[in-house]
Amino acid sequence: MPKDGSVVRLDGQGKPLWLVLELTYRCPLKCPWCSNPVDYTRDAQAELSTAEWKRVLREGRELGALQLGFTGGEPLLREDLEELVAEASALGYYTNLITSGVGLSEERLLALKAAGLNQIQLSLQSSERALTDTLVGARAFDLKIKVAHLIKAHGFPMVLNVPVFRHNIGQVEEILALAEDIGVDYLEFANIQYYNWAMVNRDELLPSLEQLQTAERAVQAARERLGQRMTIYFVIPDYYEGRPKACMNGWGAIHLTIAPDGVAMPCQEARIIEGLDFPSIRDKSLAWLWNESPTFRKFRGDEWMSPTCRSCDEKEKDFGGCRCQAFLLTGDAANTDPACARSPHHHLITAAIARAHAPGRRAQPLVLRNDRNARLLGANRGCATGGCADGAAADSDAALAVVEVDHV
Amino acid sequence: MTDTATPSPPAASERYALNPMYLFRWEPTQDSHVLLYPEGIVKLNQTAGDIIERCDGQRTVAELVAELQLRYPGDDARVAEGVYKFLEVFRAKGWIRRQA
Ligand SMILES: C[S@@+](CC[C@H](N)C(=O)[O-])C[C@H]1O[C@@H](n2cnc3c(N)ncnc32)[C@H](O)[C@@H]1O
Ligand code: SF4
Ligand code: SF4
Repeated sequence: MPKDGSVVRLDGQGKPLWLVLELTYRCPLKCPWCSNPVDYTRDAQAELSTAEWKRVLREGRELGALQLGFTGGEPLLREDLEELVAEASALGYYTNLITSGVGLSEERLLALKAAGLNQIQLSLQSSERALTDTLVGARAFDLKIKVAHLIKAHGFPMVLNVPVFRHNIGQVEEILALAEDIGVDYLEFANIQYYNWAMVNRDELLPSLEQLQTAERAVQAARERLGQRMTIYFVIPDYYEGRPKACMNGWGAIHLTIAPDGVAMPCQEARIIEGLDFPSIRDKSLAWLWNESPTFRKFRGDEWMSPTCRSCDEKEKDFGGCRCQAFLLTGDAANTDPACARSPHHHLITAAIARAHAPGRRAQPLVLRNDRNARLLGANRGCATGGCADGAAADSDAALAVVEVDHV
Repeated sequence: MTDTATPSPPAASERYALNPMYLFRWEPTQDSHVLLYPEGIVKLNQTAGDIIERCDGQRTVAELVAELQLRYPGDDARVAEGVYKFLEVFRAKGWIRRQA
């Protein structure tokens, strides 16, 4: 009979337990922190067909995938979403829809329910209508709140995802109140990760340590007050932690993401790493991509690690941090993640913080994610992905010089 | 419906049910029962699976214990103690709820 604590948590045992499908990069919103590639317009015609996505679903299940995320871009822009959800449910996945809410009518909600969708994660950017609409570049707030209530009315478990940055970090209490009113089950304050569009706008978005501490205290108080009624996550802001995140639980350990054009990646950002090959499921089987592809094998285990990490007693805990961040900031993906205070490049993080909060710094307008800016940044790809300059990553001043900005 | 306030240990006459936030099922690729929930997976060992499978809101804790004692014959007292301990742990994790 049972031993204490003998409930087993899952490690991957080499299986891609989490499969994430980025159905499209298209999106009606223009979030200036969007984690999609800055040159997302590049292969706009190359989206996988319904039949190709179904093949990914089948092969993923054969590899042992259990959790499935439909994301993007805005996944609701795919008219075959319901068909794909139905296929995924039949195959035995736990299906998650990750959405901005734009396009989620009651009719589609019912169809998704019928197709077997298990849960919905809705993103909300602020508790204020005007700020939300300005930040996402569209009238979205009222719609999001309406959609949130609809999701609960139809009995879906619901995650409310709030990307956290300087403009909204003071709204923890107000957002909590909204979430309680809606009746969300999981509230996720996700301090944004600085890649892609967020990197372009980093100086404007990065909060201060004081702001973070205040927000964290508010979250703690709410946890005590709400108990089991709502689970509140606070995704760690790695710039301020002195230690990196255990990114993706390790490269190629349990996460497998498929981009709109079928490219297989260990995480949604991995494509920014230059020098790695990213084959598509159009060329290879999913099994080959996961098990054999040099890209997935590259940073498994600890052979590849810098001496700093390889000799470190915490390497089992964080796997040396994030490969994408190491590449973005130092130019070498095998380096220790600079978010780690033990990294010889940690000064890049402290310098970024100092620059974002330098007294008298001239505020810049946010660079909105839209097709025009994507083309402009894409044409200047090195800078857009942070690979330019002195390793200090996307210098937004330089980027702004070539970008027409939608003023917000 | 739920018991969020003062947690007290499970009692023989109570009934427990799976928190509707969780999906409980057999997973062949893991050769075990799993709990699936928004963004999470828990693989259950055999006894945990045996217990959660019986948290259907119908059986009382006493009935659940009796069934597991049949399934794991030998030391009835230890089985009973184990079930009570597990129920308390699962309830604290939010996987199961005490029925009103
Ligand atoms: C890229 S979006 C795609 C799905 C959908 N368009 C949405 O916004 O929910 C997926 C999730 O990532 C979050 N997100 C976007 N940019 C991010 C960043 N830089 N760091 C962390 N999370 C981010 C969004 O809030 C959303 O919950
Ligand atoms: S984060 Fe914003 S811009 Fe990016 S895909 Fe989601 S809704 Fe669209
Ligand atoms: S040195 Fe490497 S392994 Fe050690 S804590 Fe820092 S990132 Fe993690």
